[in-house]
Amino acid sequence: MLLIEDLQVELAGNIILKHIDLEIKPGETHVLFGPNGSGKTSLLMTIMGYPQYRITNGRIVFKGVDITEKPINERARLGVGMSYQRPPTINGLKTRQMVQFCSSREIDVDELARRVNFNNLLDRDVNSGFSGGEIKRSELLQLMAQDADLLLFDEPESGVDMENISLVGNTIATLLQKDCEAIQNKSRLQQKRERTKMGLIITHTGYILDYIPVDKGQVLYEGVLSCSTNPREILQCISDFGYEECVRCTIKTH
Amino acid sequence: MYDKDSLREKAAKAAHKKAAIGPDIDLDEFQRSPVEHEYLDDERLLKISEEEKRQFLMAGVDVSKKERMGTYLQMDTSVVHCDTKQEGIEVIPIKTALEKYDWVQDYYWKLASADQDKYTASAALDLHNGYVIRALPGVKTVYPIQACLYIGKEGLQQNVHNIIIAEEDSELHIITGCSTSPHLKKGIHVGISEFFIKKNAKISFTMIHNWAEDMMVRPRSVAQVEENGLFLNNYICMKPVRSLQMYPTTHLVGDNAVARLYSIIVGSPESEYDVGGRVFLKKPGNKAEIVARTISNGGRIISRGHLIGEVPDIKAHLECKGLILKGGLIYAVPELEGHADGVEMSHEAAVGKIAQEEIFYLMSRGMDEEEATSTIVRGFLNVDIPGLPPQLKAEVDKAIELSDKDVM
Repeated sequence: MLLIEDLQVELAGNIILKHIDLEIKPGETHVLFGPNGSGKTSLLMTIMGYPQYRITNGRIVFKGVDITEKPINERARLGVGMSYQRPPTINGLKTRQMVQFCSSREIDVDELARRVNFNNLLDRDVNSGFSGGEIKRSELLQLMAQDADLLLFDEPESGVDMENISLVGNTIATLLQKDCEAIQNKSRLQQKRERTKMGLIITHTGYILDYIPVDKGQVLYEGVLSCSTNPREILQCISDFGYEECVRCTIKTH
Repeated sequence: MYDKDSLREKAAKAAHKKAAIGPDIDLDEFQRSPVEHEYLDDERLLKISEEEKRQFLMAGVDVSKKERMGTYLQMDTSVVHCDTKQEGIEVIPIKTALEKYDWVQDYYWKLASADQDKYTASAALDLHNGYVIRALPGVKTVYPIQACLYIGKEGLQQNVHNIIIAEEDSELHIITGCSTSPHLKKGIHVGISEFFIKKNAKISFTMIHNWAEDMMVRPRSVAQVEENGLFLNNYICMKPVRSLQMYPTTHLVGDNAVARLYSIIVGSPESEYDVGGRVFLKKPGNKAEIVARTISNGGRIISRGHLIGEVPDIKAHLECKGLILKGGLIYAVPELEGHADGVEMSHEAAVGKIAQEEIFYLMSRGMDEEEATSTIVRGFLNVDIPGLPPQLKAEVDKAIELSDKDVM
């Protein structure tokens, strides 16, 4: 479980997140909406542990461990993984090596790569000259190898063409154990109950919702989590009335 | 053909001439008198001490001679081993070659000038030895030829002269190292190298320097590439040295001739490296690329590059990238000179630090900060060298890896 309590975060002296409370239970996936600059990426970076995001109040607890002060790599080892929107290029490091590094055990990199159609890019430097879609698939490949329990996705569908969106969407669903297959000795409901993976997905378009059943939607507005309800409803409200109106109406009803 | 007396006369006049760049060295502090060593046959070569084997290995030379087409080993001033396994590939000590073969005279001091400075002059006046490696027309080496110049004698000035010739349509791969006894304190190496790459020929020359802390090093190299020829020059130095200064020059004299120069330098404290490359593009279709990766761990590195485009339809690119990790200096001096309409020349230079963003990215995949840093540094030094056979690429990787442990 991920538990965030009354979190306040500063970036370069400015308060960017205020009074964030968030709870993601094992097996749950939440989606995070919000206008540009509302602090969505900052929230993900804070959970991942980027030190420039200074936590000035509150705490983050993951799997019962207070990770508020833990460095990035210790969080990663505990099972926090992130798919970046614009990851840096690592010159001279082949994607194949990177994928291997991500895993704590011996893995078949080629086999994993086949699942996201990445085989012919494995021997390229990490993120060097990758297109938008290639970056997403590279990030997913690394997360597959990492086998994290809490997966943070920063706009996984941005820059991905229509053909690849289903590949990206379905891969995320698999990573989050959302693709229940018919298994003889277990009902789909049983499988659902046994899910452990947690997800937090930033999306603007909501396209990704077509592939992944999401449990809850959250709206982040001016650094404050303002709404928590059915993601489809939120999306509808935002597209009909805009963020400001959406946030206003939900605050009123609560 | 060269004339012995006029060469001596020319050199004598330059005996005290300071080099254009680099700290001046008083050559009178060193001895040039010959140091004799016994010739080592294959069997005895395998019996040298493990310490010496390691010194050779770090300079890319494997005494077992596995996967090598030829070998030249020189200790101090004497040739201790010299042979070739492939028909059409010649490996000869230069003194023997100058005595026995007339054709060598046509190449000796043809590209390099004896009166360039006091170092070239000294090598002309007081030659110890060196190698002549030649691939006959159409002959291609499968495995590289290895050469090593070793200094074991305290206070020695080692003067060598090498000539490397790839005849038409031939292909020659050479891995060469310079190394010293681990106990050596003071010494100077002066090395003249002249490369002749003829029509449709290809030379890859990979040099690994493995000096001692107080060594002075003054190589002087010139290459000439004819029509459709390719000269691939890789230079690796990750060890301390008191002062190293070299500025090898390549002349592309035939249509479509290509030169690619790659260097990887890691600068240790108290060490000074003034290293560069200069390429003259003289014919249409010429291409040149100079790529340097430098890391300073407290040393002083001057990374030079100079491309001179003399005619239209040439393409040249220069790339100097430096990382300062533990103090020191990196001074990148990229120079481009276009002399005609239609030249295409560019350069890219950057001196900086490892981006925090990259470290964090790797940490978010589970690496600790130290692992992430060394992974990025190793990646920085991992330059893709087009045209380098996989076998030599593996040697380059091995050299980097071996020194890696000491550096990081």
